[in-house]
Amino acid sequence: MARRFALFAGLALLSLPAMPVQAQVDFSGAWAPLFHEDLPERIPGPELGDYMGIPVNDAARLRGDSYDADRISIVTEYQCRPHGGDYSMRGLSNMRIDAVLDPTTQQLVAWHTRMGFQEMERTVWLDGRPHPGPLAPHTWQGFSTATWDGNMLNVYTTHLKESYLRRNGLPRSDKATFTEHWVRHGNYLTVITVITDPVFLTAPLERSQSWVSDPGQRMGRDVCEYNQELPKPRPDYVPNHLPGTNPFLKEVSEWYALPSAVMRGGEETMYPEYRQKIGAPEKPKAACDRYCNCGAQDNPTCLVAPRSR
Amino acid sequence: MPQQPDFDKIQMQVQRVQGRVYMMTGAGGNSAVQVGGDGVLIVDTEFAPLAPKLMAEIRKLNQGPVLFIVNTHFHADHVGGNAALARLAEPDLKGAPLKIIGHENVLNRLAKSQPALPVEGMPVDEYFTPFKDLRMNGEAVIIYHEPNAHTDGDSVILFRGSDVVATGDIFTPGGYPFLDIDHGGSVQGEIAALDHILDLTVPGHTQEGGTYVIPGHGRVCDEADVVEFRDMVVIVRDRIQDMIKRKMTIEQIKAARPTSDYDTEYVTADSFVKPDQFVEAVYRSLTKR
Repeated sequence: MARRFALFAGLALLSLPAMPVQAQVDFSGAWAPLFHEDLPERIPGPELGDYMGIPVNDAARLRGDSYDADRISIVTEYQCRPHGGDYSMRGLSNMRIDAVLDPTTQQLVAWHTRMGFQEMERTVWLDGRPHPGPLAPHTWQGFSTATWDGNMLNVYTTHLKESYLRRNGLPRSDKATFTEHWVRHGNYLTVITVITDPVFLTAPLERSQSWVSDPGQRMGRDVCEYNQELPKPRPDYVPNHLPGTNPFLKEVSEWYALPSAVMRGGEETMYPEYRQKIGAPEKPKAACDRYCNCGAQDNPTCLVAPRSR
Repeated sequence: MPQQPDFDKIQMQVQRVQGRVYMMTGAGGNSAVQVGGDGVLIVDTEFAPLAPKLMAEIRKLNQGPVLFIVNTHFHADHVGGNAALARLAEPDLKGAPLKIIGHENVLNRLAKSQPALPVEGMPVDEYFTPFKDLRMNGEAVIIYHEPNAHTDGDSVILFRGSDVVATGDIFTPGGYPFLDIDHGGSVQGEIAALDHILDLTVPGHTQEGGTYVIPGHGRVCDEADVVEFRDMVVIVRDRIQDMIKRKMTIEQIKAARPTSDYDTEYVTADSFVKPDQFVEAVYRSLTKR
């Protein structure tokens, strides 16, 4: 009797329609960014000449030193430029993630992200398709494919346009690729990004950013139109500082009373052990007077001057 | 001029660009190929031994007559296949003429070059005006002369309906531009030409796509890629110009490495233009030596 029941149950199970493979985790929905990580860099923006914590090489340093922020207004083609795919989740922008289902099988074939800033959109393919060849165009968001590792999504992106590691002129080349690990824990989403750039980095750069589910969020349009608003001194003008002439590079070490060598970045500046090697600043300070309570409840955007001490 | 590879081992790569235009890459410069009901227009023809492979790929797309070959400049990796392609195209012309177009400076240079290009490959449908236009496959094709850029005979070709620009070696992402100073190239003309390409290109949503750009060598690009390249040339020019003002010699300028932050991006072991060559070309442009 028991054997007949077991046989019957087994046959019944086999006759059920095959269940489509669903996502291990559902990332879809509206997400609001959290800025408890790297707030000063991501909100008010990085200081000129601050390369600390980035494993840059000398080529990247000189590019950063040469950067003149006027470029993004004078060179009209930069005015509406969006972030690269590796930076887009770090910026000041809400996000929506949609599941893309095959209409016939209803299987998940991709995740589609849309950022509010500059309407950046990216498709993360899960259907095993290959990346494009070496002659294909590169895009800001790149071409992304992904696989599941338990409940974590591992995403690999190639075919990126040249962009930046930091918004102070530190470049990221079009030969870079990046890997992400998407982890959802309850109503929170954390994305860990690992950038490999053979042109400007001596080691992979790892950063993370987190989000909280925000079901009431409504993302509108963000349509940018570029315009020549400032006259160029000559038609072939591209704002840049000649090597050794950028007057702003020392500011950051003076503001934060750190040795100037620290701000030049490099692989060792990524690690906490580096603190033990930092020498005395060239210009010490008695007390903090810039971004002292940055991110605190009374200064969430870092724009409030500190109280006098 | 790059060293010629083993052509038997070369496989043509074909990349659809947009509209009626494709990019084909073998061992020489990129070819832009426009196809449609009228037939075929080819921009640049690579090396002569690759002509059969180039034609084979074209025939997979279109069986019509090859009515136009346009040369962006006179270098052998862009004009070498002219005569061979003309011979391969001849049976399908059925009385229609195949016109080989180039700026008159391309014809002048080729007429003096050694070894000589076969007569049937010479761009005798030359032009000397700022631009020349024609209609092919339902769209305007406008050929602009870019004076004294990569050479003194450069043309940039706009496929207006397909929204594609073919630039020849004025734009070579992934490698420094070869400023052929001995044949009329100059950094000032190169920058002006890149600025003109930026005038012709209009990006799509989020500043990408829109007008696509087929470079002389390298992948399909768009306006944003041209901007980065233009900025590099301007910044290097600015640095060398400043060093000349400070009375530095060419050897001192080379030692100062004014391209050091771009070398990791634009130079590989296979690069045709090494940093010192680029620096020297810019220096010669600015000092007219």
